[in-house]
Amino acid sequence: MKYLDEFSDPDLAKKLLDQIHAATTRKWAMMEVCGGQTHSIIRHGIDQLLPGGVEMIHGPGCPVCVTPLEIIDRALAIAARPGVIFCSFGDMLRVPGSSQDLFSVRSAGGDVRVVYSPLDALKLARENPDREVVFFGIGFETTAPANAMTVYQAKRLGVRNFSLLVSHVLVPPAIAAIMESPTCRVQAFLAAGHVCSVMGTAEYPPLARKYKVPIVVTGFEPLDILEGVRRTVLQLEAGRHEVENAYPRAVRDEGNAPAMEMLADVFEVTDRTWRGIGAIPRSGWRLSARYREFDTEERFDVTDIHTAESSLCRSGEVLQGLIKPHACEAFGRECTPRNPLGATMVSSEGACAAYYTHRRLELVDAK
Amino acid sequence: MGHGGGGAMSGELIEHLFLPAYGAAAASDLGDSAVLTVGSGTRLAFSTDSFVVKPMFFPGGSIGDLAVNGTVNDLAMSGATPMFLSTAFILAEGTALNDLGRIAQAVGRAAENAGVRLVTGDTKVVERSSGDGVYINTSGIGVVPSGVDIHARRARPGDAVLVSGDIGVHGVAVMSCREGLEFGTTVESDTAPLHGLVADMIATGADVHVLRDPTRGGVAASLNEIARASDVGIELVERSLPVPPTVRDACSLLGLDPLQVANEGKLIAIVPAEDADRVLAAMRAHPLARDACRIGSCVPDHAGMVVARTGLGGSRVIGLPIGEQLPRIC
Repeated sequence: MKYLDEFSDPDLAKKLLDQIHAATTRKWAMMEVCGGQTHSIIRHGIDQLLPGGVEMIHGPGCPVCVTPLEIIDRALAIAARPGVIFCSFGDMLRVPGSSQDLFSVRSAGGDVRVVYSPLDALKLARENPDREVVFFGIGFETTAPANAMTVYQAKRLGVRNFSLLVSHVLVPPAIAAIMESPTCRVQAFLAAGHVCSVMGTAEYPPLARKYKVPIVVTGFEPLDILEGVRRTVLQLEAGRHEVENAYPRAVRDEGNAPAMEMLADVFEVTDRTWRGIGAIPRSGWRLSARYREFDTEERFDVTDIHTAESSLCRSGEVLQGLIKPHACEAFGRECTPRNPLGATMVSSEGACAAYYTHRRLELVDAK
Repeated sequence: MGHGGGGAMSGELIEHLFLPAYGAAAASDLGDSAVLTVGSGTRLAFSTDSFVVKPMFFPGGSIGDLAVNGTVNDLAMSGATPMFLSTAFILAEGTALNDLGRIAQAVGRAAENAGVRLVTGDTKVVERSSGDGVYINTSGIGVVPSGVDIHARRARPGDAVLVSGDIGVHGVAVMSCREGLEFGTTVESDTAPLHGLVADMIATGADVHVLRDPTRGGVAASLNEIARASDVGIELVERSLPVPPTVRDACSLLGLDPLQVANEGKLIAIVPAEDADRVLAAMRAHPLARDACRIGSCVPDHAGMVVARTGLGGSRVIGLPIGEQLPRIC
C-alpha cells in the first residue's frame, strides 16, 4: 500500500494525458466496468482532464447497485426474524428494498451486524450455536472466493447454524449483454482489474473478437485508469480489438488458481437477475449441490415478498451506460444519497452517488 | 444510528425536530459551545457533550480522555479558557468495576492535564438490556477573553484555512481495534486538550475568525458547516491535506474518505490571509500542532460548498457525510 503514491503522481499523469490527447482524433465511448473505477474517475476528476473526444460511460460493476430488489427484500424479511443474526458488509445496510433497508430492520430490533469478512460471520455462528447466522454474500468474482472459503470452512467444521444468502454476479456475461443491447454505444471496455486478478483474462478474447471491442484490464488508481484509457484509445484509433493487461502488478493471465478451484467446488453458474438491467443468462453463481445445505434460501422459506421498484428511478439505464446520472429527472430532487430511489444512488460506488457527491457543483450550474 | 453520526442526518434532527419543539426557548446560535454574557460583561462559554464510543479503550486513549477533552475542546473553539466540568455516568448493569475504575482515572488525569476542575457529577445504572458498557456526559464552563470573537459565521472570502496536523487519526485508531479489523501499524488516537494551542494562536494578535475541532463527520463536516454559516465557498488543495500513510491506507481499504473520518485532537482555523503565516508559526511552536499547515482558502464562488482541487488538477465537491460511514464491499 505504501507504493500507492506512485500511482497518483501528477507529473506521470500529465504525460499520460498528453499522450491520450495526442492520440485522440475523433469521438470514442468507452465503458469502465467497475464501480470502483467510476468512483476513482469522478473522485480524482479524471474525466474532466480527458480530451472531449473520449467519453467515459459508467458500467454496471457496482455489486451493491445490481443486487436485485427481490433478494434485498428477502434479506430484510430474514433479518427481521427472531433468532437470526444477519451479517453484511456495511454498504448494503442503506440499500433500499421495496419499503425499508437493513438499518430500519436493525432499528426495529432485528440483529443486523456489520462484518468486515464473511469469516467473522462464521465465527459468530460458532459463538452463538442457538442462533441462525446469515451472511449476505453479494458481489462480483472479487468477493466470491472469500465467501466460498467460508462455506467450505463451515462444512469442514460442521457448523450447522450458518448460511449464505447468495447473490453473486459475473462480469463477462454482463459485457455480452451490454453489447447485445440494440441501443449500445460502448466501443471499448476498461475491464475490472480486481475481477481479473481472481479469474484471469481467458474469458475476454472471445468477447473482444465477437463484438470487435478492445478490452483493456485496468486497475483503480489514477495512473492505472489513465494507462487503461491510453491503451484503449490507441487500439480504437488503430482499428484493433484486442485484450490487453494494463494492470500486470495484480493480474496474471491465468488468474488465481487456488481461488478458482475453491469457486468451482463451492459454486455453480446460474442465471441471475441484475437490478436495473434484468435477467442475464448464466451471469451468476449459486451454491453447488455439495453445499446447498448452506443456502439461506433453502433454509428459510420466504414466500411473501412483494417487490416494487420506484417508477421514477432510471438506474437501469445508468447501469447500461444509456444515460448519465443527471439525465434522470429524479436526480438530486426526489433521489439523493439521503433518500435514494435506486441503488446507483445509495452505494458510494454507484454512478449516481459519485456524481451527486463529487460533481454537484457543475450539475447545479448546468441546471 | 446515522442521526448520531455528526453528519447531515444529525443536522436534520436538530433542525426539524429539536428546534421546532424547543420554540422560543431555543438559542438561535448552534455552535459547539454557547457564549453567554453575565454580570458586567464577563463572557462565559458553556458546552455539553455525551460520549458513547465503542470500544471504551483504544490505542492512545479511552472514553474517559475523550469525555474530558471533547468538552474542553468545544469550549476552546470559542476561544475560551475552560474552567469547570461536570461528569455524568450512565452505566449498564454488570459493567466491570475494574473497567470503570480505569475510565475514572483517565477522566481525572485528563482533567488535571487540561487544568480544569471536576466540580459536579451524577451516576445512573440502567438494566443491561437498556445499555452497553459506559456512557459519559460532560458539561463545561470557560471564560472567553475580552476582544475575542470566534464564530462559524465569520469566514470571509480570501481567508486562509489551516489545520493543526494529521487528519483522520482518531477515527482510524478506534476502527483499528474493532473486532476483525487490524492494520499492520498501530495508529494511536490524537485525543488532546486544545485550549493551550488556541491561546497561543490568539496571543499572536491575529483576528482568528473561526475555529472548529473536526470530530464526528471529520474535516468535511466542519468545513461544510463553516461554508454554510458564513455563506462562503471553501476551496481545498487536496495535495496539501496532511493525511498520514497509515490513515490513507486504512481508508483506501475500507472505502472511506479521510476528510470524513473523526479527529479528537485537531483543529481547523480560518484566519485572514495576511495573518496566516504568523498564526501558523505560533501553531508549529506548540507541541500539539507541529505539523500545522494551510489546506485551502475561502472563496467568493460556490457559496456554502466545499470543493477540492484534486492532485491531478480536477475538482470534486466535498460533501457532508450522510450518517455513519459504512465500509464498502470490495
